[in-house]
Amino acid sequence: MALDISLEPEQDAIGEINKYNFRTESKAVFKARKGLDREIVAQISEMKDEPGWMRDFRLKSLEIFDSKPMPRWGGALDLNFQDIYYYLKPTNKQGRTWDDVPEEIKETFEKLGIPEAERKYLAGVKAQFESEVVYGSLKEDLVQKGVIFTDTDTAVREHSDLLRQYFGTVIPPSDNKFAALNSAVWSGGSFIYVPKGVKIEFPLQAYFRINEENMGQFERTLIIVDEGAQVHYVEGCTAPMYSSESLHSAVVEVIVKKNGRCRYTTIQNWANNIYNLVTKRAFAYRDAVMEWVDGNLGSQLTMKYPAVYMMEPGARGEILSIAFSGKGQHQDAGAKLVHAAPNTTGQIISKSISKNGGRSSYRGLAKVEKGAKNAKCNVVCDALILDPESRSDTYPYIEIAEQDVSIGHEASVSRIGEEQLFYLMSRGLSEAEASTMIVNGFIEPLVKELPMEYAVELNRLIQLQMEGSVG
Amino acid sequence: MIETLEIRDLHVEIEGKPILRGVNLQINRGETHALMGPNGSGKSTLGLVIMGHPNYEVTSGEILLNGENILEMEADERARAGIFYAFQRPIAIPGVKLADFLRHATTNVRNPDRKEGEDLIPMREFRAELKEKMGQLRMDTDFARRYVNDGFSGGEMKRAEILQLAMLQPKFAILDETDSGLDADAVRLASQSIAEIGGERMGLLIITHHDKLLEHNPPQYTHVIVGGRIVETGGPELAAELHTKGYERIRREHPEASEANDKNTEVEPAELAGA
Repeated sequence: MALDISLEPEQDAIGEINKYNFRTESKAVFKARKGLDREIVAQISEMKDEPGWMRDFRLKSLEIFDSKPMPRWGGALDLNFQDIYYYLKPTNKQGRTWDDVPEEIKETFEKLGIPEAERKYLAGVKAQFESEVVYGSLKEDLVQKGVIFTDTDTAVREHSDLLRQYFGTVIPPSDNKFAALNSAVWSGGSFIYVPKGVKIEFPLQAYFRINEENMGQFERTLIIVDEGAQVHYVEGCTAPMYSSESLHSAVVEVIVKKNGRCRYTTIQNWANNIYNLVTKRAFAYRDAVMEWVDGNLGSQLTMKYPAVYMMEPGARGEILSIAFSGKGQHQDAGAKLVHAAPNTTGQIISKSISKNGGRSSYRGLAKVEKGAKNAKCNVVCDALILDPESRSDTYPYIEIAEQDVSIGHEASVSRIGEEQLFYLMSRGLSEAEASTMIVNGFIEPLVKELPMEYAVELNRLIQLQMEGSVG
Repeated sequence: MIETLEIRDLHVEIEGKPILRGVNLQINRGETHALMGPNGSGKSTLGLVIMGHPNYEVTSGEILLNGENILEMEADERARAGIFYAFQRPIAIPGVKLADFLRHATTNVRNPDRKEGEDLIPMREFRAELKEKMGQLRMDTDFARRYVNDGFSGGEMKRAEILQLAMLQPKFAILDETDSGLDADAVRLASQSIAEIGGERMGLLIITHHDKLLEHNPPQYTHVIVGGRIVETGGPELAAELHTKGYERIRREHPEASEANDKNTEVEPAELAGA
């Protein structure tokens, strides 16, 4: 018999330089002045040559943004909205091959390993640099089957009817202050349509790179999975380290129709001076499955709670959340499940790790609406704290308006055990190796859900975090 | 040259309470020593201190490996120098596969100067060896894919410890009640396994209550520890006597140590928390 004893990757040399922390010398073709007002919003719309409805949507959203107070929960938001660049256009056109992409930007993505990953195991790629998608590809057979994978700006022009039917319906601008901000100044992001019955075997990937200081990146993603269709979408995010903050505030809307299936995987490794304030929500219809796999390793502050609204009977929502907070970081991450129909099933598994004074908070909502009989909802959150300076909090919110339901909630907090360390060290592992092994073991139940390539990447990032060399 | 593990006048405290009060012991590589004693006598403490457990404070004395004091070495350095401690209560490491853990451990112990991040033993080579050792121990290879000690039965834990011993092939091994929690057949299998994996090439210190574990590993020496001191050393017949008759004679002949032992028993919960 095969002794399949390890799928773990060969571990890379620790202490390699952080491959994400480099700056690209790139001349923008257009950079809007700093600050946020009607003029800037109108200018973005004009640069993009948008139809009137989108321009109006943006301006209305700006009003909503101005009218909403800052969130009073989560982390410390020390943001000056007038000190941010809201739009930076790095190049005039989007490349269809990497050779069409300006050399220095192409090199950036090569350093990040995107073209290589594309050759090996991706069905399509979007690469966004600052405000615009600079490269896009999709395998020809998927194009033939009617799959659309484009940047959202192009979709406004080329798939206007389809986009307009769904845009802003899952997350309206009024949802929260940062959703309103994104709705006003959004640029880039992915638009995906998977036609009925089309199952995409390999992942579609988007990669988001912020390069400039004081930059705001506001991509807008809309995914529509039609009946019986299937897609796995993956996004990665990085930025170089600067002395002052940048802002990343995305909105992601997903619609999964009857019997459809969508998995959305994020491995966020922003530099430790990025505010990462993202709204992600999916509507899952009859017997559809929506899964969020959300890995938060970078950023100064992340506030992100991917949500699944189970709209029709049989819908299923699963959210796996991993947060790793190192020095100076606060991951306020979590998940929301809303059972709006009978016989719906939801699960949240959250794992957080805090180290070197980092703070991880789980903030989650489990909600069962009136009439959602026989809803099943299970929440498990485990926290691992590596030293006495670090912190972990749990804020579970549960709202149940129906009797006939099954709700489970388990939470555990553990400190890395001295006995575990001693046990591993007594077998010849150094303290650092032993800690890394315990942490990897802690998140193993989530990592094994990831495709091989992303599991390798996540393990590598965790190892870098453990070494304290990230950011 | 004969390799030696030598303990000289070792005094150890935990949370200010003395547990070991002057232990002297020399083990040559290739010898088997049995260490027996009543509860609270300091058996496990001695094992854990030799391995380098951070909770114990060595107030005086030395532990010498081939003449070199190892007291300043961390547990991992001691492991790489050839010392092994089979835990009485092995610790669970959820999410870490036994095979992955063992591959790291085996690599480090065989290549003591390995820097973190350097290559591990090639997978193919490691798998072949692990498979062979598991076969020897009559273990199902699926076992290697389970998480270290996580949800293991008492017997599985002990067999996993013996598997680690087999893979790491230390110079000196302390087996801390590797027979506890096992039924008679399992103890016999464990005893036989220790012999088969080359126990006779190691210096063994077997901490046990029973003589079954010694069946296939007859000790040249039996030490009796009471109240943190070795009060008597004899041959295999001493182990047999203690097993059948208990500690009454020893206690009678060593009233001072016996009294100290009774005090130690009171602090045993702390010791257990550390073990």
